[in-house]
Amino acid sequence: MNAGGAVVPEAIIELQGVTKRFPGVLALDRVDLAVRRGEVHVLVGQNGAGKSTLVKLLCGNYLADEGSMVLDGAPFAPRGALAAIRAGIRIVYQEINLLPYLSVAENIYFQRLPTRGGLVDFRRLEADAEVLLREVGLDVAPGALVETLGVAQMQLVEIAKALSSRSKVLILDEPTAALTPKEIGRLFGILARLKDRGVTIVYISHRLQEVFEIGDRITVLRNGRKVDTVTAGEATIPQIVRLMVGREMGTEYPFRADVALGAECLRVDGLQPQGARHAVSFALHRGELLGIAGLVGSGRTEAVRALFGADPRAAGRIWRDGREVAIRRPRDAVRAGICLLTEDRKAQGLILDLPCYANITITDLHRVARAGLLQAGAEHAAAEALVQELSIKTPSVDQLVANLSGGNQQKVVIAKWLFRQAEVLIFDEPTRGIDVGARFEIYALLGRLAAAGKAILLVSSDLPELMGICHRILVFSNGRITGDLPRAEFSEERILACAFQDYLGSPSAADPGQAQAPART
Amino acid sequence: MRARNVLYLMLREVGIGLALVLMIVVFSVLAPRFASMANLTNILAQISINTVIAVGMTFVILLGGIDLSVGSVLALATIVGGLVISREDLSPGTGILLSIVASTLVGCLCGLFNGLVCERWKIHSFIVTLGMLNIARGAALQISNSRTIFSFPDAFNEVGSATVVGVPVIFLMALAIVLAGRFVLARTIFGRMIYAIGNNEEAVRLSGHVPAYYKVAAFTVCGGMVGLAAIMYMMRLNIASPILGVGFELNAIAAVVIGGTSMSGGKGSMVGTFLGASIIGVLSNGLLLLGIGDFARQIITGFIIVIAVIIDKYRMRALATAALAPVSADHDAGAAARP
Repeated sequence: MNAGGAVVPEAIIELQGVTKRFPGVLALDRVDLAVRRGEVHVLVGQNGAGKSTLVKLLCGNYLADEGSMVLDGAPFAPRGALAAIRAGIRIVYQEINLLPYLSVAENIYFQRLPTRGGLVDFRRLEADAEVLLREVGLDVAPGALVETLGVAQMQLVEIAKALSSRSKVLILDEPTAALTPKEIGRLFGILARLKDRGVTIVYISHRLQEVFEIGDRITVLRNGRKVDTVTAGEATIPQIVRLMVGREMGTEYPFRADVALGAECLRVDGLQPQGARHAVSFALHRGELLGIAGLVGSGRTEAVRALFGADPRAAGRIWRDGREVAIRRPRDAVRAGICLLTEDRKAQGLILDLPCYANITITDLHRVARAGLLQAGAEHAAAEALVQELSIKTPSVDQLVANLSGGNQQKVVIAKWLFRQAEVLIFDEPTRGIDVGARFEIYALLGRLAAAGKAILLVSSDLPELMGICHRILVFSNGRITGDLPRAEFSEERILACAFQDYLGSPSAADPGQAQAPART
Repeated sequence: MRARNVLYLMLREVGIGLALVLMIVVFSVLAPRFASMANLTNILAQISINTVIAVGMTFVILLGGIDLSVGSVLALATIVGGLVISREDLSPGTGILLSIVASTLVGCLCGLFNGLVCERWKIHSFIVTLGMLNIARGAALQISNSRTIFSFPDAFNEVGSATVVGVPVIFLMALAIVLAGRFVLARTIFGRMIYAIGNNEEAVRLSGHVPAYYKVAAFTVCGGMVGLAAIMYMMRLNIASPILGVGFELNAIAAVVIGGTSMSGGKGSMVGTFLGASIIGVLSNGLLLLGIGDFARQIITGFIIVIAVIIDKYRMRALATAALAPVSADHDAGAAARP
């Protein structure tokens, strides 16, 4: 994407036709990208647009299936993180990856501690670290334990660590997620200094405001494709949002217009997960498919987990069918007919090394037992009935769930809650990592469940999916509900505007009390 | 499919059983006295105590925990049981009955304490039961004034040496406990929960259960088994002493591990544990008959334990690759986790 002018700065990273596939997903589709030497290049896009896949290719975590990458004029295809580091690419991840009980200096030089006669040369280590700490503007002793630092300081130690090996390119993946506005301002100052020194920066963020503040050029990704690269000074936020949304192809979602909403089934008032700054309130009716949209980290998962009792909550009351219920742990929720199908089904939804039938009946073993003794015949019959009903593809209910495909594993999770006869089903990203065929089966199933009078809450990062099958969508932004849209008002622009609302840097008009938005500097 | 799973399971246990048979054959050839009726009876009696403790230990290890206190708790249970049974004011029948109850109760209470502390404060059982190891031993010494208790009723003492067609009665008791343990693991809700929690505690919690209840129960069951083992040990030795059972925890853990139960929980079986206890008993007896000294025996036993775990690692890896093999859901890597 060269502008074609007379003085074209040389590109330090060049991607041509880079494609990366995962089973059932095309994560990157023939992406061309040029990052100029010494610029701050920002990557933006919705969840699942391909930003992190792209970064992982550059860092050697993945190998591209097709296409070529060039770094500083030489072909570049790192195998493993170490190869990428040697080539001069360093990344600072969103999460902190430091060793808390080692000193700042040891963390910075962990990969290659200076030695003298086989022992660590602590004097040189601390002297070298001191230089880097000054460079990133962090005023702590090199010998201080990382454990004693604040999050922002740790973030700076990460950056110092990234600079320790004379990196040419520094990649920052959502570095401001945990920072206060003041700290963000300091971080930007440091990035500007690094840029002056000739370090190229690739910056990923959801916060469009700061993208314009720090970025020279912005590349928008959507569904694994590069949409465009624009110069920050010539672009506007609405323009970027439009590029991120794009025009979706019309896929037929199985929306059940015939379902009439029944009585109120669940009401949540002032639910505030522990550690969250805001509370949420909403109601859900029988037969309703209520979507929850929002960016990753906007508090959707935290809210539904607190509702289910999986994590503690600071405040909030919950009513089921008009009666208040006390939910302190998952057991209370399950007894009240509420179930949660978690985001991470392998770690939290399934017992991989147990057979299908045991996974299905675990929610209500007493139904297939007499006086504490499991009735093998009844248990198998119950499981087989659900396997048939959901058309789970498995040779038998004795099969270990570890051996099933992702889509069928998800159906086993659904089966276990149907076995419990739950009335309120909360799905957290039920179609993530599942191929298209199984997705649509799950959509149809959600429609059937709603039609049968169940109340369904669907957390999803896939907007077309939410808009396709939901009656109503709540939009979360920075822990608050910023939009409650009926089906007639669905549009991607509208939902995204709500989703970004609390990240845009201006105090929300809807809630003037909550002045401080995090992206302000 | 189910038939195949059963076959697979049998092969797994047969693998351990095969090692046992091989060992018996080798010792029979090398040490003529090994295969004599008297010696076999002796082995069966010797492995009984460890088998019963290992049954309890299996519950705990299946949950990913461990109980280091079993040896000390055994000593404490013998002391309490011994004090009850040797009371002059009780008829022999009542005394025996009460001592069984008292000894089992002491074991259960120690186990309950272990479980409650582990779960209430989320402390690893290694450290909690290490504490109990000292608490129970100290309590046993304190209560008994570090004296040995004897002069039990004859009826009680005779059980320890009684045989039915050459099979010791206490071995039959141990066998009954193994079968009961197998039944609980395979057929009851409690057993299912043990496997489920051992495999994925968080998934069980999010399925609407409170794993802590089952974990506390498992420690209590383990303690109860130790209480029963204490009674059987008293029948065999005809004494109760505060210095009994030193190091028993290691033999019990070794039996469970040799029997194929994974230390990280979720996988293993009661029959495996029984075979593991048998292997340890046969090995120790056979080496003795071969005239191998105490020290060398200890070295060899140690190696056998390590080798058993290494073999288990290879089996796990084979299972893992099988489970990851592309779709073709029709192979049975499975059933590893089932009783």
